[in-house]
Amino acid sequence: MSVQPATLEPLTTARPAAELRHPGQATRLFGVGDFARRKPLGAFGAVLILVFLVLAAGAQWLAPYPYDVGIAADRLQGPSFVHPFGTDANGRDLLSRVIWGARISVTIGFGAVLISTLVAVLVGVMSGYFGGWVDLLVQRVVDVWISFPALVLLVSLVAILGPGLWSTTLVLGLLLAPGTARVVRSAVLAMRHLPYVESARCVGAGHMRIVRSYVLPNVAAAILVLATTQLGAAILAESTLSFLGYGVPPPFPTWGAMLSGTGRAYMLQSPWLSIWPGLAISAAVFGFNMLGDALRDVLDPRLRGR
Amino acid sequence: MSRYLVRRLILLVPTLLGVSIVVFTLVRLLPGDAVALQLQDAKSTAADEAALRAQLGIDRPLVVQYVDWLGTLLHGDLGHSFRSHQPIVQELSGRLPVTAELGFFALLIAAGVAITIGVISAVRQDTLTDYAARSAAIGLLAIPGFWLGTLVVTLPSVWWHWTPPLRYVRLTEDPLKNLSIIVIPAVILGLGLSGGLMRLVRTQMLEVLRQDFIRTASAKGLAEHAVVVRHALKNAFIPALTVLGLQVALLVSGTVVLESIFVLPGMGRYLLEAVQARDYPAIQGLNLIFATVIVLANLVVDLLYGWLDPRVRYS
Repeated sequence: MSVQPATLEPLTTARPAAELRHPGQATRLFGVGDFARRKPLGAFGAVLILVFLVLAAGAQWLAPYPYDVGIAADRLQGPSFVHPFGTDANGRDLLSRVIWGARISVTIGFGAVLISTLVAVLVGVMSGYFGGWVDLLVQRVVDVWISFPALVLLVSLVAILGPGLWSTTLVLGLLLAPGTARVVRSAVLAMRHLPYVESARCVGAGHMRIVRSYVLPNVAAAILVLATTQLGAAILAESTLSFLGYGVPPPFPTWGAMLSGTGRAYMLQSPWLSIWPGLAISAAVFGFNMLGDALRDVLDPRLRGR
Repeated sequence: MSRYLVRRLILLVPTLLGVSIVVFTLVRLLPGDAVALQLQDAKSTAADEAALRAQLGIDRPLVVQYVDWLGTLLHGDLGHSFRSHQPIVQELSGRLPVTAELGFFALLIAAGVAITIGVISAVRQDTLTDYAARSAAIGLLAIPGFWLGTLVVTLPSVWWHWTPPLRYVRLTEDPLKNLSIIVIPAVILGLGLSGGLMRLVRTQMLEVLRQDFIRTASAKGLAEHAVVVRHALKNAFIPALTVLGLQVALLVSGTVVLESIFVLPGMGRYLLEAVQARDYPAIQGLNLIFATVIVLANLVVDLLYGWLDPRVRYS
């Protein structure tokens, strides 16, 4: 289960805010055709993500069967025209369950990363901007947070809060936060005494204004890259939790849960039960990581082609 | 340097104290306790439950329990398991080597794969080789370890009537047999970890390869592999080391999952069992050990950092 790898890489963060907003720069970042030509892998990742987003948003129209009602006579059928992915031990259509699973994965993934980013920016900016004893104190809390074995924290917190969509999202968000907080803190620390921040202070800008207009825009690129890869990490962690039986409870179809329980029990006679959900997880995580990598390359001027 | 070391060691104390408080509180917030779970089938009265709680010492005020636990910790004693009533230290002595072995091989595999792919991918940036190498590495990162583990345990038995060995044999009993058991989960765990590390090696290599001393090395006529391995990799590897240290935290989570799937009698599986049985002393002890390992690994990495790169100054 990988929860933190995305948070560990040093990011070049100290970039002038103007560079991001400059019209010429904007086309380099947002010109879709250009991006696809220069970063084919990133574009491929983006397409994968788009597919999952569409599946998640339109599950009720796209899924051919309900996710929780099975046809007893159809149980454990192999892939066919009627059931392209086959059916599970309860006669439920696997394709429909994988499509509904996308909704759960995407909801939890985006929710968790949103929570983690908000918490991390708050903690990181406070720690890096004010420094001193605030920093010392906050960093000790972050130390404890990071040193705690992730899976244990996840399993215990979910057990305490009661398994469900929101508890899983909240817990994953809190787990991802310290890594991002570290990155934000070091970026803020590095720019705290840069001339343009000093000059803003001299002009009489308050703390809020300095943070909002001068500090945050410069951390934005780093956070965006981090958040993209963290989406992959969150989806992977959610599936691991579900696999261990601590995720969103049935009858909701989560990819991880489909791979445990009946998926494992009937694996020998019906291997497709464990192939499709596993492929779905891998493809989603792969997509987010690829897009994150490409974004990093594009946003970090030091990494552009020689 | 020695002042830095002392400072870092002193900072360990509040971190581990914090971990101990968090885990102590966390396990007691879990719904249900060991007594309720142990007496749920038997015809037990409230008096029996109260007696067992008193025997386990969980009827006392929380602060007393915590201080008592800290006191025994200072004697190197992790307390007794609620289930087996054996000392936790004794329970773990057999399990620690299993997890350590799995973790060691996984890290070794992760580093080997990550450095190889990362370097190739950076040297051939934006070529087909780069794309293929990175897709492979990110693909490995994206495949859930628990899925790959389950597939490896079941599919070969369908196709070739071969099952990976699932009966654990100690390293001291039969080293070869032991390795053949450990190697499959270690590869799965290592490949999963290699993706993140590979990314960093690649990024670092890309940065180093753009620097002047690399151009100088090429200009004076050094062969490409000499420039890459002797000049670039040396510099790119140091930041990657930090990540290797941080990966230890991921490794711990990974061992929990893979030990469960491959039925290895290690600490990770023991931890899951302990959480299910609400075995407070076992959960607390295991978490503290894991946290200590994670914190120490990072300290060692930071020290290595300065030793490998004389430009780093500790302040």
